[in-house]
Amino acid sequence: MNNLSSFIGSLSIIKPEIAIAISLVVVLIFDLIFKEKKTIIPYIGIAGLVVTFFLLIAQFGQTHAGFFTSPEAKIGMFALDPFSTFLKLIIVITSIIVIIMSISSDEIKSVTQRSGEYYTLMFGMILGMMFLTSATDFLLIYVSVELMSLSSYVLAGFLKQQKRPAESSLKYVIYGSVSSGIMLFGISLIYGLYGTTNLEAIASAGNIQGFNYITMAVASILVFVGIGYKISAVPFHFWTPDVYEGAPLPITAYLSVASKAAGFAFLVRVIQLGFATGSDSHGFWEMISGVDWRTFIILIAILTMSVGNLVALWQDNLKRLLAYSSIAHAGYLIAALAAFSNESILAILVYFVFYMLMNLGAFYTVMVVRNKIGSEDINDYDGLGRTSPLLGVVFGIFLFSLAGVPPFAGFIGKLYIFVALVDAKLIALAVIGLLNATLSVYYYMRIMKHMYFNKPNEMTPSIDAPVLDKTMLIILAVPTLLFGIFFQTIVHLAQQSVHLLGL
Amino acid sequence: MSFPILTLITFVPVVGMVAILFLKKGQDNAVRYTALTATAIQLVLAIIMLFAFDFTKAGILDASTFQFVEKARWITIPNVSWIGTIKIDYFVGVDGLSILMVFLSAFVSFIATLSSWNIKKMVKGYFMLFLLLDAAMMGVFVSLDFFLFYVFWEIMLLPMYFLIGIWGGPRKEYAAIKFFIYTLFGSIFILLTMIALYFSATETVNGIQLHTFNLIELTKASAYSATGILSPQNPNNWRMIAYIFLFIGFAIKIPMFPFHTWLPDAHVEAPTPISVILAGVLLKMGTYGILRISYPIFPEITRELAWYIGLFGVINIIYGALVALAQKDFKKLIAYSSISHMGYVLLGMATLSVTGITGAIFQMFNHGTITAMLFLIVGVIYDRAHTRGIYEFGGLANKMPVYTGIVTIAFFAAIGLPGLSGFISESLVFLGGFGSTVTRTLTIVGLLGILLGAAYMLWTLQRIYFGKFNEKWSFMEDLTPREYLMFVPLAIVVIYLGVQPGLAIDFMNTSVKTFVHFLNTAAF
Repeated sequence: MNNLSSFIGSLSIIKPEIAIAISLVVVLIFDLIFKEKKTIIPYIGIAGLVVTFFLLIAQFGQTHAGFFTSPEAKIGMFALDPFSTFLKLIIVITSIIVIIMSISSDEIKSVTQRSGEYYTLMFGMILGMMFLTSATDFLLIYVSVELMSLSSYVLAGFLKQQKRPAESSLKYVIYGSVSSGIMLFGISLIYGLYGTTNLEAIASAGNIQGFNYITMAVASILVFVGIGYKISAVPFHFWTPDVYEGAPLPITAYLSVASKAAGFAFLVRVIQLGFATGSDSHGFWEMISGVDWRTFIILIAILTMSVGNLVALWQDNLKRLLAYSSIAHAGYLIAALAAFSNESILAILVYFVFYMLMNLGAFYTVMVVRNKIGSEDINDYDGLGRTSPLLGVVFGIFLFSLAGVPPFAGFIGKLYIFVALVDAKLIALAVIGLLNATLSVYYYMRIMKHMYFNKPNEMTPSIDAPVLDKTMLIILAVPTLLFGIFFQTIVHLAQQSVHLLGL
Repeated sequence: MSFPILTLITFVPVVGMVAILFLKKGQDNAVRYTALTATAIQLVLAIIMLFAFDFTKAGILDASTFQFVEKARWITIPNVSWIGTIKIDYFVGVDGLSILMVFLSAFVSFIATLSSWNIKKMVKGYFMLFLLLDAAMMGVFVSLDFFLFYVFWEIMLLPMYFLIGIWGGPRKEYAAIKFFIYTLFGSIFILLTMIALYFSATETVNGIQLHTFNLIELTKASAYSATGILSPQNPNNWRMIAYIFLFIGFAIKIPMFPFHTWLPDAHVEAPTPISVILAGVLLKMGTYGILRISYPIFPEITRELAWYIGLFGVINIIYGALVALAQKDFKKLIAYSSISHMGYVLLGMATLSVTGITGAIFQMFNHGTITAMLFLIVGVIYDRAHTRGIYEFGGLANKMPVYTGIVTIAFFAAIGLPGLSGFISESLVFLGGFGSTVTRTLTIVGLLGILLGAAYMLWTLQRIYFGKFNEKWSFMEDLTPREYLMFVPLAIVVIYLGVQPGLAIDFMNTSVKTFVHFLNTAAF
């Protein structure tokens, strides 16, 4: 088997990625040819995503390696496994919802002429994210991260006529390039230690004798800077609130869900595939010695959720508030990983499904209100629950779910995280996590307070959302409620997806 | 499977809620009658259960002697590679511990619906939330699966938050969020213990060992695997820590000193019917939770910590009463008297004797009916005068004689005057307390509470109802027929159980005996 046939043989496992690439090209061409019918572009995008969705479904459950580093080796750069397929499905569904959001967003409508550009960039981002979830080689990881980041820099500043988006985009670029530079440095150190950039090869090399642990620790932390930036873990989160506030709402929603999902895939894969050498009899991973990953992860988790929640308490802009809340949610997810077992992965996957529903729902509601009143200030929500009952109820469902109160889906997500932690006997971390969850209730309830307890003033509009928005909100709200009561389907699916290539 | 009476009694309010959802805006009376019908059906079902209840069956530790049991698989997630199958049951049933609480909750909800008649603001929303609250309360009392219990326990918070926050008094927002955060803070400790228990214990279903949330299985020492974090064989102190976690979670709901500060705020700001529900039913969930979950699952730690539970009980009694003495707001006074009265329940529970625990459960029931009356009494004044300052009234007895009669019954019952229900339960608590060497000294101190209770109650009676009539209130009318309908059934229960306490005690006798025997002998 020569290199070329090995390459061609591997193509079949990236069918969904190919579909995304084709959609990207189609969107681009359509944009060039049909100058007058820009409004059709998003629908082409959705069609491409639906095709990808079915290709992913067809792949579900399969495990293959692909794009081998050498024809003899069985070690590849790309892993098709249930774990990545699950997260790719989340990314694709999120993309569909975000495209629908973009269709009805006033901010995006104001730049319809450039919508070809917008959707092309979005597909670039999707492509980057999908490769990132499957990448098992630092080279591919780095390229995917860059593809995804570059697209998102532009998207974040897409409303370039305004000052805020321009500022936020610039911040994003600077932070982004610094952190990916640092990550690249870490990767080169790892290459220096192991002579390979492949995660599987690193894991199988394992604990080399005469190993310089300090170099290893430094390299790992440098790599984590890159990951931490993507999942907005404290202290690499500084860009998040500004970018989330400045970016158009659909993009903010997108960054908070899809890009985070890809970031977590990256984190899990690096830790589980690259730095775990096996698992003990209870199913807990044994890590490469020398780097105390667990303590590190625990510290980051505590910092991330506490900072996210504490700062969110003082926010009056809902976009900013949701940005900090998404930092806090990343904290819970990192905490789940600290258990270092398959339960961690299960918890992360389950959480992401629910997080996708409720977080997109919350952003969607904020967008619908913004379309009407042009503001995201919490004081403009006074009495909105009474003047617009549907909006109030669905927003309530999303917020209660984000707060993790039963019987909403968010509670089940948190439950699985704390189950993983208690099983790993990380009780102190579980207590801190739960205290954080209680703290977060305050700011979610603050929104409810404005919507229901404060009297409507003359400025309060009665929002009768367009049918499309109404439908989408209900489509997001109903499962948020139902999965809180009947969650076994999701958990069952996630549980079939915890398998990563490698271990 | 027999007639699913417990499912019905729990979900009838939800049906009512959905029915209200489909009513058109403006049909306020239809909304009210729908809610009343739902709670009335619930009350009728509760009464049917009282008649069908078999006194000889103990429940508590033995699933086969629970009554009206329904069990169905709610969640199954098969073959998780490292845990095995995950299952959560919809498992409900009642025994001597819960049957009175089920009745109390149906009864008080019905009365509170009547008392909600003059809610004018957003009637539809109010009654929907009210019915959801009702369903969740009932769910807590009938659940025998920890997970189910927890879900109902938490669902209750949502409607309560809105009911206080939208329909409450001037500082409603503060009170609502304080209530919410406080209770949620308690719940996280319950949640943690729940997860730890789940991993520590297994239940054999169809020959396969599965982790379990089943509250009855969790009481068996044999259910715990030796390696489990909460296994009795585990030499470390995790069981003690778990017990304290669980206890804090429940203590916040009781509310036990020093976790009581949410209660006065919530009561003062809540509308009358919600105060009635809050004091009448919600507070009992704390003590019920301890009896149903903490006690049988951790009997050895219960024995070890009984004195402390009693101590906190006595602190509650004395502290609540002293603070009540200093109040100028009628409603706040009643709120603190609740804290004081819940102290008796804790003291009774701490005795670990048949007399004491019977007294505690009976006190839970009696406090439910008596405080319901007390809060309704405050509501009557507040509806008419729009103020609750104790010093602003005087001589109301001249103007409202029937009302004052009812007030006297309720106040005397709260003091514990012989012939009224409060007397029986309080004396049982004290008898049990003296009988047990552990709590004897505490009981002597606790008796002071009776004196203080009489002091603030009688003093209030004097200040508001007797003495010189304040002409400012000459427009105040005596009770309306609807108010009669609220007070008379409560008064009948209070008087009847004072004369004929056996009627209530018979329900719990067998259960409490088994329970106490288990608590004192269980080798864990």
